[in-house]
Amino acid sequence: MRLVVDLNRCQGFAQCVFLAPDVFSLHGDEALLFSPRFDEAQRDRVEKAAAACPVQAILVDYFDEPTKGAEPHVG
Amino acid sequence: MTSGTLITQITDYANRADPYPLYAELRKIPVRREDDGSYLVSTYYEVRSLANDPRLSNDTTNRPPGYARVGQPEAESGLPPSFIFTDPPVHDRLRETINRPFGPPHSPRFLDGLRGELATVVTDLLDAFEGKDQVDIVEDFAYPLPVTAICKVLGVPREDEPRFHVWADALASSLDPQAGDDGQAKAQQARQDMGAYLADLIETKRRHPGPGILSALAPDMTPADLEATAVLLLVAGHETTVNAITNTTLTLLRHPDVLDRLHKDPGLAVPLIEEVLRYEPPVQFVPWTTALADIDVADTTIPKGAPVWLMLAAANRDPKRFKDPDRFDPGRKDNEHLGFYTGIHYCFGAPLARIELHVAVPELFRRVTFSRLLEDPPPYRANAVLRGPRHLPVAIEALTA
Amino acid sequence: MSADTDVEILRRRGRIVVVGASLAGLRAAETLRDKGFTGSLTMIGDEPYEPYDRPPLSKQALLGRARPEDTALPRRRDIDAEWRLGVAAESLDRAAKQVRLTNGDTVPYDRLLITTGTRARPWFHPEEAALDGVFGLRTRDDSARLCRKLTGGVSRVLVIGAGFTGSEVASACRELGLDVTVAERGPAPLVGALGGVIGAVADRLQRGHGVDLRCGVSVTALEGDDVGRLRRAHLSDGSVIDAEVAVVSLGAMRNTEWLAGSGVAAGPRGIACDAGCRVFDVNGIVTDDIYAAGDVARSPHPLFDYQFLALEHWGNAVEQAEIAAHNMICAGPDRRPHLWLPMFWSTQFGVNIKSVGVPSLGDQLVVAQGALAEARFVAVYGYRGRVIAAVSFDGAKWLGFYEQQIAAGAPFPPEYRAVDRRTEMLHPVDPAFPDPHLPTHGATVTLTGHSPSERRVAFVPAHA
Repeated sequence: MRLVVDLNRCQGFAQCVFLAPDVFSLHGDEALLFSPRFDEAQRDRVEKAAAACPVQAILVDYFDEPTKGAEPHVG
Repeated sequence: MTSGTLITQITDYANRADPYPLYAELRKIPVRREDDGSYLVSTYYEVRSLANDPRLSNDTTNRPPGYARVGQPEAESGLPPSFIFTDPPVHDRLRETINRPFGPPHSPRFLDGLRGELATVVTDLLDAFEGKDQVDIVEDFAYPLPVTAICKVLGVPREDEPRFHVWADALASSLDPQAGDDGQAKAQQARQDMGAYLADLIETKRRHPGPGILSALAPDMTPADLEATAVLLLVAGHETTVNAITNTTLTLLRHPDVLDRLHKDPGLAVPLIEEVLRYEPPVQFVPWTTALADIDVADTTIPKGAPVWLMLAAANRDPKRFKDPDRFDPGRKDNEHLGFYTGIHYCFGAPLARIELHVAVPELFRRVTFSRLLEDPPPYRANAVLRGPRHLPVAIEALTA
Repeated sequence: MSADTDVEILRRRGRIVVVGASLAGLRAAETLRDKGFTGSLTMIGDEPYEPYDRPPLSKQALLGRARPEDTALPRRRDIDAEWRLGVAAESLDRAAKQVRLTNGDTVPYDRLLITTGTRARPWFHPEEAALDGVFGLRTRDDSARLCRKLTGGVSRVLVIGAGFTGSEVASACRELGLDVTVAERGPAPLVGALGGVIGAVADRLQRGHGVDLRCGVSVTALEGDDVGRLRRAHLSDGSVIDAEVAVVSLGAMRNTEWLAGSGVAAGPRGIACDAGCRVFDVNGIVTDDIYAAGDVARSPHPLFDYQFLALEHWGNAVEQAEIAAHNMICAGPDRRPHLWLPMFWSTQFGVNIKSVGVPSLGDQLVVAQGALAEARFVAVYGYRGRVIAAVSFDGAKWLGFYEQQIAAGAPFPPEYRAVDRRTEMLHPVDPAFPDPHLPTHGATVTLTGHSPSERRVAFVPAHA
């Protein structure tokens, strides 16, 4: 499962860090770092984090199948 | 309808149960001048824009004489204003200091670590429903959980709760623009008494550090700043989350179709909680900001010095931002609501409130089979800002383990 | 057959080819499907990977908090595409309406979207660039290789170029406990993007975090040992730096070479297109079947005097891709302009740097909130009496306000009272950009509308 944060939208409210501290973290007072891939154990927390984002900047994709034709099957 | 009567109606207790038609009326003029020179801003984009505007101050000493200076303690109380009534750089310094033991970057797991204990509190509260055919959701569920939570966060002994309950009520009421001189006087007294109680507690923590953020903050803050902060967090922790939990329960019982969906899909709880924060926000409006300069917004100029009220609950129902805004729809996408405000004064306790809601709401509806609301609308508290039911009596059919 | 019928047929069973399996390419593909395109969709990418996110590659990846191979972008929806990955586009035949791939295949299209982006500018000396220990940082593979090297016991890293990527690399290295030398030709880090006044703050940040920062020098040669490993670097001031790793961060080059001879207006500065993302041919005539989006596209921006801006920004890639996709499958009157206000971020030395507008167009600067000395502030750039850009260091919550000021063509300097306004910096100063050859800003228009679909230009009377 994957996620990406639109860091143009992100203003460092850090609600995601409170709710899913293993996936999101603050670097300094405001800069957000995130793990772009997460597993089933974090799913519930990531859902809560994405819903809580005050600027709705977190895009989550719970689908986990690799794309046909992409690495490791080098085209 | 004249503009003067509209705000009177909004603050009028008779309209507490359903202020939303009044908010809809208010939105017809996005930025509305009141007879006393205050400005009411009620549409989404305008509220959002002003909440992020550096020309708007939360320090009410910027208001000309004659206007209510919400949040400013009287000189003799000896306490500074709490951080929500300050501007940067003072605001940022205070909030960052207080955040250090509370949240990221320094303490990202502090609140997460309370989930287990809070879940136990929820279990105990619901176990006590056993054998009852009716309960008051406020007294029996929504109130005890946040109180326990804020006591744990601060490190305040839970058994002292009855003492500060009274103070917290008085202080919360004083945020209401209708509180009047008597209300303000009571609040000042409560602030002083609560301050004295907390000063003792903080002194004890300084000598014998224990769990909770007061102990962690004692070395880094002046006693007066820490006291002011503790008073704010204790009051906010009391009132707002109680309203959020109660509003969620009330809203779900009024929408049996959504309740059915929640039973079939417990994962719905997460977006549903956000939708309640849009639909019935626990803080309805922020009446304590002031223009530092002339501000042009929505074809109106708010003059320098004018008190500005940001009507969050009205903005959350703005049809220009939310499709079909009066519909309670937990499936709503892109729910960028203002239930916790926005900008630098975004609710400090929001993550704690969310953790409590995430723990409480699914479990309440998993275990309890409700038959109906016993009073609809329920009786509300007087407060128009921190709006919520005083009691929520419900009939229950069954309780599962 | 009317144009409307053509569009309807295109939407139902047209062939759309996207060259560049990137952030922009993916978001465009999703938008096409969202808007009801049911024809065939082919995604061509030279890397063997599905679209991935680049910003983490120089941040959390180097810090060991995310693996470069875990950066595949989340999908907004299923796109039902044929993926041709690991094979680059080699040429474009406009007459035959087909793209030729490096493996000899040809792919026909009814509409083509070009999102080939940029690549890292390589070290100018190929033999030196081939030394073991010399890295660029642009792709997933670059990041993976650099991560392995940095955690493999190196003592000193040389970063060549103190733009955003170079500064982020230096920051990550310091956090990993590595000694770092940064060599920058300009007078300060970030000077090209933000000017010398803000560059001085970046300078203090770097030195404060233990970076050996050398400004006003260039690296003249990289020297290897007898088995081809980087040993040391020679600087223009005559000094020599022993380093086992050099990260070349000299900016990006646009991937347009494959379009040579195709007759489209593509060159080193990107592919010229109109505000609706339609690509121009070399005669300056707009095509109607070829579109471009993302880092590789240059398009006129009304807010900046209709000059052609190419923006290497994440948010621009997303929004331009959405606009391009929308316009590809609708008739003329329904098309939308791409009026994105430039916006970017960088994270370095624990500070969140964000920018809105085009700072490099600024002729004056004020610190509107906070203080440079605290590395926490909002600086506002003006051009001929209008607000044109703002940059925040740990002040992101304020930028939305300045974004509105830029879109509204608000007067500069901001003379109103504001929170956290420090009296000592009220006078505008020269932002100190090194390059005098800057485009101009007429400030004759404002942007309106809250969402991209509503955004339009409104002309305003010229300002005296």
